[in-house]
This record gives sequence, C-alpha cells and structure tokens, in this order.
Amino acid sequence: MGTALLVFRLAARDVRHHAAQAVLLVVAIAAATATLTMAIALSGVTSQSPYLTTRAATKGPDVVAYTTSASQAANLARASGVSSHSGPFPVVSATIHFDGRFSDVFAEGRSMTPAEVDQPLLTAGSWVRPDGVVIERTFADALGVSVGDRISLNGTSFAVAGIAVTAAQSPYPNLCNGTLVGPTPAASKFSNACPSSFNIPFLALPGGQYLSSSDDVGQIWMTEADAIGLTSKANPLTTYVVNLKLTNPGDAPAFAYDRFTVTSSPTAPLFSTWEGQEAEDAKLVQDGQGVLQPGAFLLALLAVASVAVLVGRRLSEYARRVGLLKAVGGTPSVVAATFLAENLVLALLAAVVGLVAGWLASPLITGPGAALVGAAGAPPISLLAALEVIGLAILVALAATLVPAIRASRGSTVAALNDVGRPPKRRGALIRISSKLPIPALFGLRLVARRPRRSLLSAANIAVTTTGIVTVVAFHAFADNTLSGAVALTAGGLSDPVINRDEQMLTIITVMLVTLAALNTLFTTWATVLDARHAAALMQALGARVRQVSSGLVVAQVLCALPGAILGIPLGVGLFKLAVKHGSLPPVTWAAAAALATLVATAALTIVPARLGTRQPVAEVLQSETA
Amino acid sequence: MSETGSGAPIVRAKGLHKEYGSGEGLVRAVDEVDLEVAPGEAVAIMGPSGCGKSTLLHLLGGLDRPSAGELWLEERRIDKLSERGLAQFRRHDVGVVFQAFHLMDELTAQENVELPALLAGSSPRQARRRARELLDQVGLADRAAHLPSALSGGQRQRVAIARALANEPQIVLADEPTGNLDSAATLEVLRLFEGLHSAGLTLIVVTHDERIAATANRMISMRDGAFVDEMRLTGGTKGTLADSAGLGA
Repeated sequence: MGTALLVFRLAARDVRHHAAQAVLLVVAIAAATATLTMAIALSGVTSQSPYLTTRAATKGPDVVAYTTSASQAANLARASGVSSHSGPFPVVSATIHFDGRFSDVFAEGRSMTPAEVDQPLLTAGSWVRPDGVVIERTFADALGVSVGDRISLNGTSFAVAGIAVTAAQSPYPNLCNGTLVGPTPAASKFSNACPSSFNIPFLALPGGQYLSSSDDVGQIWMTEADAIGLTSKANPLTTYVVNLKLTNPGDAPAFAYDRFTVTSSPTAPLFSTWEGQEAEDAKLVQDGQGVLQPGAFLLALLAVASVAVLVGRRLSEYARRVGLLKAVGGTPSVVAATFLAENLVLALLAAVVGLVAGWLASPLITGPGAALVGAAGAPPISLLAALEVIGLAILVALAATLVPAIRASRGSTVAALNDVGRPPKRRGALIRISSKLPIPALFGLRLVARRPRRSLLSAANIAVTTTGIVTVVAFHAFADNTLSGAVALTAGGLSDPVINRDEQMLTIITVMLVTLAALNTLFTTWATVLDARHAAALMQALGARVRQVSSGLVVAQVLCALPGAILGIPLGVGLFKLAVKHGSLPPVTWAAAAALATLVATAALTIVPARLGTRQPVAEVLQSETA
Repeated sequence: MSETGSGAPIVRAKGLHKEYGSGEGLVRAVDEVDLEVAPGEAVAIMGPSGCGKSTLLHLLGGLDRPSAGELWLEERRIDKLSERGLAQFRRHDVGVVFQAFHLMDELTAQENVELPALLAGSSPRQARRRARELLDQVGLADRAAHLPSALSGGQRQRVAIARALANEPQIVLADEPTGNLDSAATLEVLRLFEGLHSAGLTLIVVTHDERIAATANRMISMRDGAFVDEMRLTGGTKGTLADSAGLGA
C-alpha cells in the first residue's frame, strides 16, 4: 500500500512538473491509438443504418432480377413468396458523355409515375420525364454533373432532371458488385460476385448483351421511351429488370440461389439481394482499413521514437531519482516500477484518449458516401478492440522505457546519485577523419559519433516519416495511373469515390506522421543541443563562431536523417505494395524528391533549437558543466 | 556527545577494498581498510579530496559493493547480500545524509521524509505521523508542506536528516553534511547530530571540517584510500567547540 502510494505520488508529481512533456507523450501515443481505433471501427462497419434508411425511403426491393425477356421477368414476379414487384423495366447499355468525360451506363427505362418497389429517392431535381434523365448520386458526383446540365447518351442529348439514390444497386464504381450473393454455403461461391472471379463476364447480361468490361459503370433512369430510343440494331434490347418484394425478406438469398442454380443457362436471370447490396455499400467504408492499418503501424513506430526521445532526454534526471530511491532503500523492482509507472499511466491515458477520439472521429470516415442517405453513426467498439488499442499503447511505452528501467534498477546507486551519465563514445578514426573537415562538419560528425543510440533514433524517426511520405506519393501516383488507365477503357476522367476517400485518409495520416516526426526532430535536436552544450562552449572558447557551432548541430541532425531518408524509400514502396497488391509504383524521382524534402525539412526544423542552444554565455556553460 | 560506546562492534570492516579501472588506470579508492565501530560511537573520517573517504562511506552504507574484504553489521555480513538484501539493509539499518541533500524536488518536505517509511511498507498514515514527528524534531514542522526549492540549505539538510531517521536506523552515515552550508546552518546541523549521538545513535561522519570532526569520539585520517592516523577524542570539547570555532550563537 505504502509503496503503491509512493509510486503513484512520484508519477503524479513528475507529470505535474513536466506537463508539456506528458502532453506530448500522450499526443504521440494517442495519434497511433486513435488511428488504430478507426481502423478497427471500420472492420465492424456495415453501413446497416444508412442502407436501411435508404431502403425504407426508396421502397427497396428484396431481390433484383435481370432477365432476357419481359415474360421471364413477369414469371418471377408471380413466383411463390413474392408479395409485390415493379417492372419489368428495359435496361439498355449506353455511353454517357459530359464535359469531356465519359463512361458506360445502365440506362433503365421507368414510368414517370412512382413505382411500388424501388422508387429512387430524389436528392435533387425531379423524376424522369421525356428528354430528362435521373442520375445515381455517386455516379453524378464522379461525372461532375448537376441538375439542369445536358449530357449525351449514345450521341443523343438529354437534360439532367434529377439526382437520386437507390437501395437496389451498388454505387458507382462498383455496380457489378453485390449481384448474386447466395446463401451459405453457396455464399462462398458467390462472395466474389465480380465477373473475373465468377468466371463469367458479369456485365454480359442475359441474352449476350455486353455492357462493359469494366467495373466503372454508372446507373441512370429515364423514361421507357427514351431508353428504348437508345437501342439500335447493334445495341438491341435484351435485358429487363424486375424488382421483387418477398413475403419474408430473409428468404432473398435462397430465392435468388434456387432460381439461379435451377436455370443456369445463358439466358438464366441474374439476381442481386438486398443483403448483398448492403454488404457492397459497406465496402466503400471498409476499404479505408487498407490505409488506416499501415497508418496506425507507422504512427505507433513514431510514437515509440517520440517516447524514447522524451524519456532519453530526461534519463539523467531519472537517474538521480533512481539513485535517491535506492539510497533510502528502494529495491530494484520498486525502482523499475517507479520508472515505468509514469509512462505506463500516460500510455493508458493516451489509449483512452485515442479510443474516444478514434471512436468519435470514426463517423467521419464511416459515412456511407453519396450512395445512401442517413448517417452511419459511431460503430460500437468491442472489449477486444479496446484491449487491442490499450495493448498498442502499452507496447509503445514499454518499447521505449523498459530497457532504461531495467538498466536503472540494476545500475550503481552511487553513480546514479552523482548523476554520472553514460560517457560519450570516443571513435579515434572518426576524430582523425573529421579533423580534415570544415568546422561545422567536424563538429556535426563528432556529435553523431558521440551518441550513436540517439543518432540511430533520429535515423529511425526520419526513416518512418519518409516511409509514410513515400507511401502517400506512391498511392497518389497509383490513383493517377488508375484514372488515366480508365480513360483508355471506359470511364474517361471520372473520379473514383473509393480512391478519393482513401486519399483523404492517407493525407490525414500523413499530416499526423509529419507533425509527430517534426516534434520528434525538435526534441532530438534539443536533446543533442543540451548534451553538446559543454562541447559547443569549448569549441567557442577555442575560437569557433556561434554560427559554425549551430551549423554543426544542424549537420549532426542531417547526417542522422540521411540514412533514414534513404531507407525510407524502399520501406515506403514495400508498405505501399503490401497495402495495394497490384498497384503500380511511382517514378523513382518522386520518391527521391520526397526523401530530399524530408531532409530539407529536418535541417530547417533543427536551425531554431540549434541557435537557441548556443546562446548561453560560454563562461556560464563551462562553469556549470563538467565534461 | 556521549562517551564512546562499549561492547561488540556494531560495524566491522575487514580488509575492505574498492578499486576502479584496470591496468595503468587502476585506482584503489579504498585500500585494505579495517574498521570497528562500537554501538553509540561517533566516528569522524577526515582527509583531502579524493582520498577515498566518501567511497568508504558508500561501502559502509551499502550504496556500493567492495571489490574485496568483509563488511559486517553486528553478526550479519553485508558485502555478500543480494541487491534486494542491500536495499533492505539501507532501508532498515542505516540512514544516509548527503552533502547535496538529495531530496526529491517534486515532493514536499514531509513527503520526502515519508519516503523511506513508505518503501519499508509502513501504511501512509503511519508514514505521515512519523514524518511529522521527525520534522518537529528537526524544527521544521511549519515547513512540512514546502517544496525543497522553498527551503534554505540548512533547512534542506535538516529535512534530509529527518528522512535518514525515518525508519529508526541503528547507524547514521553522513557525507560532508555541512559542506554546502553557511555557519549558522552548520551549527543547526551540528546540534542535531549532537542530539542524535546523545540519544545513542551510531554516527559515522565524513568531513573536511576539523571543527565538525572534533565533536566525534574518534577521528580517523585517510590518505590514498587507507587509514593513516586515528585519534580518540575524550569528549572535553563537547558543547564548547562550536563556540570556539566561531559557530556559536
């Protein structure tokens, strides 16, 4: 009880006396834990709430069937278990052009009166009319089209009458997905419902009509007459869609699967179920996991570096406290506990802050996008997820403090009391080589050699930062390539909402990475400045100018950063390849430029602490410090 | 101070040796020292800087381990204790007072004094009560809630002495306890030590100051890690030395 009080008291007082450092430590770890919380939250996102809202608002069907004839559709509408339906509606493939961009679309012919099942919810404008089409909202966003604009379909001009959402189709650009989701165990067969994995050209609709070889197909609605008007001899009408409401919506997968297996012929209907659509809608959100998880990993690495730098900077202060505790009878375990307690408590606090912040921020990234209406809300965080986040925080704190804690508990009491820090390393060869260099380089090189562990930490800090930046650059290059590739295929110049969302998240993570790295650089520089105070004063006493000494400090940081920046290039490329399996790599010059920018930023960040550190009068430093 | 204690020695060192470095850089900080201190005795160890007297005190206090030799506290051999055993020895059997006070800056005077008791497993209430008693004893009851930074040098050293007494040790070791103090503060500390000695506590004090050393029962001179002279003082100066040395009020 007494020991626990003591450990708590020392930790609490230390935090109070070094509040700024404690806050920085919490921020560093919380950044990593918040990102991990969001990544975990994404895995649990189902978009259920927005999908159900949209489904209710649009009288969403339980099953959507694509057939080769109106009579086939009519038969399905009369099938057992179907309580109501809309359609059959003709579906025609077309190419849409707007403002230099183009894409393939499903053009669905609709009545101007509202349908009993699947009546898309207008978010702008009005429903279809002759010469007036309605465009699905994610597709409209990607195309950059608004109500009142004029678009061209297979060369015929139409006005955009409205923008709408539907629960019957997956949003752009994944219209192909969500179709044919069967019940377990058939679900495994259909879980990857895209054409390539399903081994039939998905968009080869029943009847042999090919709409597109790409996923990037948009959905539009128009009057039946206008839709029929898009057909031609080369582009005949062979597909109808019928939207079915079942007596029991839970039977949808079985309904679709039974009819698909029984009649699996070239003219068999294709089905999609509402559960499949819901899962597909969630994919837009879940895709962000691929960005957040590596981001959390990188942030955790930087947090380790942050904590190590913060703890390392105060090691001599800690050492004195350790000596004192030992002198009055503290056992090694009490000493280690005291050393660790503060950082572990702060790590726990950071875990809680990260959990809450990540949970509160998750609705920002779990929003359903333009395809649905309603909000996803903050997804629930399970106990296991919370433990995972807390585990990361503790791991970060332990990684940075366990070794110093054990070393402190085993070290000499007298040395600790006398504040005898680890003596700087002497490297004779390096001293000989550096003596031929200009003063800033000489001083910088010797400072690097003097504290190899700190130099290593600086290099690691920059390596992690460069890794993050190169990953972002690679992702941007990949996104650009994907879009320019699409121009050659079907979707000319349209933005991809999935990639856009990933890029936004990546940018946020990069900003966090760069901020943490900048703080780390400042702290490392300051630790180097403090450690080198005596040597710097001595240099000045021997005739070196202040500018030469402060330049030496900058050189020291840049020398450490250089290997880190170089190492960060392959690490960043590797991380990108892990996250995006088939992504094309960025040009080497991009990655090199990113690494160079990191080096320049490091030098810039070092200048101020280096200048400040050399402002103290030389005599004062020499009198107060021992070498 | 009281007369030299009698009976079996409470502290016994035999061939105590401590060296640092190796080869040409080898330093014998303590070189084959034999020492016996009787219960209740006050021993002053004097010598020039670097002669090894602080190192000897660190060995006697279990703050450092000897390179060779034996160290006994009554019938218990100290130099062979584990790290944990040494910690318990420091916790229960000795109290150490340092020249640099070595108080925790972020703890109040009372919390600093509570520290050894809490480490020894006392309840927070017991530790608090004992700390108040001790601060009262050293005349700092009204400064209990102050941080060390708000105390004078003499007051800090009195807090350090109170801390050294927290677990009622058998021996108090003091390393240059007045080295950082002015005359008035030195007198305060000196009076405290006199009080402790009168109460039967064993004192071993390392000092440069002959005036302090003269208050002991025995004065040992050290040079180059070894004892070179020993003088038994027979108490005639007690109470007058401070005045004659210009420390009196």
